[in-house]
Amino acid sequence: MSVIFKKTAGLTETDTHYCPGCTHGVAHRLVGEVLEELGLLGDTIGCASVGCSIFSYNYFNVDMIECSHGRAPAVATGIKRTVPGKTVFTYQGDGDLAAIGTAEIVHAAHRGEHITVIFVNNAIYGMTGGQMAPTTLSGQKATTAPTGRNAELSGMPLKMSEMIAEVPGATYVERVSLHHPKYIRKAKKAILRGFTYQLQNRGFSMVELLSTCPTGWGLAPVAALEWLGNNMIPYYPLGVLKAPEEV
Amino acid sequence: MGRTLMKGNEAMALAAIRGGCTHFFGYPITPQNEIPELFARELPKAGGLFLQAESEIAAVNMLYGSAAAGARAMTSSSSPGLALMQEGISMLAATEIPCVIVNVMRGGPGLGTIQPAQSDYFQMTRGGGNGDYRIISLAPATVQESAEMMQKAFDLSHKYRTPVFLVSDGMLGQMMEPVEFLIPPSTKPAGDQSWVLSGHQGRRPPRTIKSLRLDPAMLENHNLKLQGKYSRITRRESQFESYRADDAELLFCAFGSAARIVKNSVDDLRQNGRRAGLIRPMTLWPFPFPAFRVLPEKCKSLVCVEMSCGQMVDDVRLAAGGRVPVHFYGRCGGVIPEPAELSEYAEELIVGGAV
Ligand SMILES: Cc1ncc(C[n+]2csc(CCOP(=O)(O)OP(=O)(O)O)c2C)c(N)n1
Ligand code: SF4
Repeated sequence: MSVIFKKTAGLTETDTHYCPGCTHGVAHRLVGEVLEELGLLGDTIGCASVGCSIFSYNYFNVDMIECSHGRAPAVATGIKRTVPGKTVFTYQGDGDLAAIGTAEIVHAAHRGEHITVIFVNNAIYGMTGGQMAPTTLSGQKATTAPTGRNAELSGMPLKMSEMIAEVPGATYVERVSLHHPKYIRKAKKAILRGFTYQLQNRGFSMVELLSTCPTGWGLAPVAALEWLGNNMIPYYPLGVLKAPEEV
Repeated sequence: MGRTLMKGNEAMALAAIRGGCTHFFGYPITPQNEIPELFARELPKAGGLFLQAESEIAAVNMLYGSAAAGARAMTSSSSPGLALMQEGISMLAATEIPCVIVNVMRGGPGLGTIQPAQSDYFQMTRGGGNGDYRIISLAPATVQESAEMMQKAFDLSHKYRTPVFLVSDGMLGQMMEPVEFLIPPSTKPAGDQSWVLSGHQGRRPPRTIKSLRLDPAMLENHNLKLQGKYSRITRRESQFESYRADDAELLFCAFGSAARIVKNSVDDLRQNGRRAGLIRPMTLWPFPFPAFRVLPEKCKSLVCVEMSCGQMVDDVRLAAGGRVPVHFYGRCGGVIPEPAELSEYAEELIVGGAV
């Protein structure tokens, strides 16, 4: 009997704590698979951020460090500048990266740090119970936007990938989605590309993964996937926002 | 290299390189800029890395990453910058990462001034970040001592796996004095490396550096382990200088720049037949309580002198334990007390019968 599918060695045997239907699990698997396929598991240091993915340090089969809310890109900078031969990544939510950690992400990109950022945008603060994030869509309800995000009060949702793509130091920025197998395959390619640029010392790479938070959104898992496709993708267009010219 | 005239800030930076520091992360702020500037010039030549961060928040987190990956790393700043770093310092303490943080203090609160002050005593000894933690705080009073304590700071931080503060101020950091580098250079990070993030190479389970423990029993255990370490440090590492204190009736207590000035007053008062002396804490935490365990037989009162509105005086009162009155004399906002005004204050106490 031949094995046609098995769990990636990039993840540990630990059961995750993610809610049913949460795409954090999919994102983990893709990162784990890419690191495994590139043969990097023994030489990678991951930076876990504050958010539902904080426990990612229990799930990735690599050395990990827990970072204060928003600071993972600075911690990753310190690591990469100390052990440049290691592969260093951050795994950050949208509250972490697009609110409290905007300075750190912009300046890590600005310095052209040779790190890979996995940016999980679920348009809400999952861990703290569904509060509004900078990425929450206009009109989208959150516990701190009970009648829906009001642009007059809170501005329009922030497009981080577009912002980071404008930073001269950023090498590769792509937005992908996790709401459908076809898109998940594309997402894996983007993650692979991000880590490959790092391996080639070509600078800062960030992959934004549009992701679901069924619990925070108050939707069943399948409805959440549909909601993502119907509402997030129109505002957050998928595709490569910046990439080096291939020679 | 012999005796060389240099600023306190420069002496600390050079001593750090001799102490094996390979990575420096920092953000500009007066009056400590000579430190990052010297690192920017010298560290690359020594094969190390200087990186200017976008903020003190980023600097302390870069320090965290670098030290977690095994570097002898440090940062330096001045009072408002230290305030910004406190979240990261709490994290460094929780995760037991060895590193050194210099504070060249200036007057506050708020932006305050760029002139010297000692009003960060609380910030340097009472935390400022969240949680139950302590940071070793070394307080030099001369440029020579700034250099020596800098080298020692790295060894202490590795010995106990804890961040260490070097507490200077705008006067000590900017003044020039002869300094001689007497401690032999150290190269390798000392001790156990089993916590360092290096990639598991498929040969060991993955390692995690973390502070989060959602199970109260586990977090309590971790806290108790940290407290055990802090009590070992308290027992072993407190340090002070005693100056003309043996027969003192009036015993000053002061640290750093203030202590230098007090020494002049002690000499003046002695010339006028007044028996004055000084206890100078060289570690702010652990505070040298043993120095006060047995007070000089004739000691009638303690006078705490600080370039602040009175912070260390809390510890001096604890140390005195009600045996003698504790008086306080402070100048703040960047004002440096004159030896004469301290002597005058002491004379008044003596004449007024307080001593
Ligand atoms: C300094 C600080 N402020 C606030 C918090 C509380 N907090 C924990 S997780 C979180 C939001 C995380 O949201 P996001 O990054 O979007 O990740 P998600 O949980 O949605 O995956 C917040 C605000 C904290 N831990 N630290
Ligand atoms: S709260 Fe949301 S983001 Fe967090 S695990 Fe549950 S579904 Fe996922």
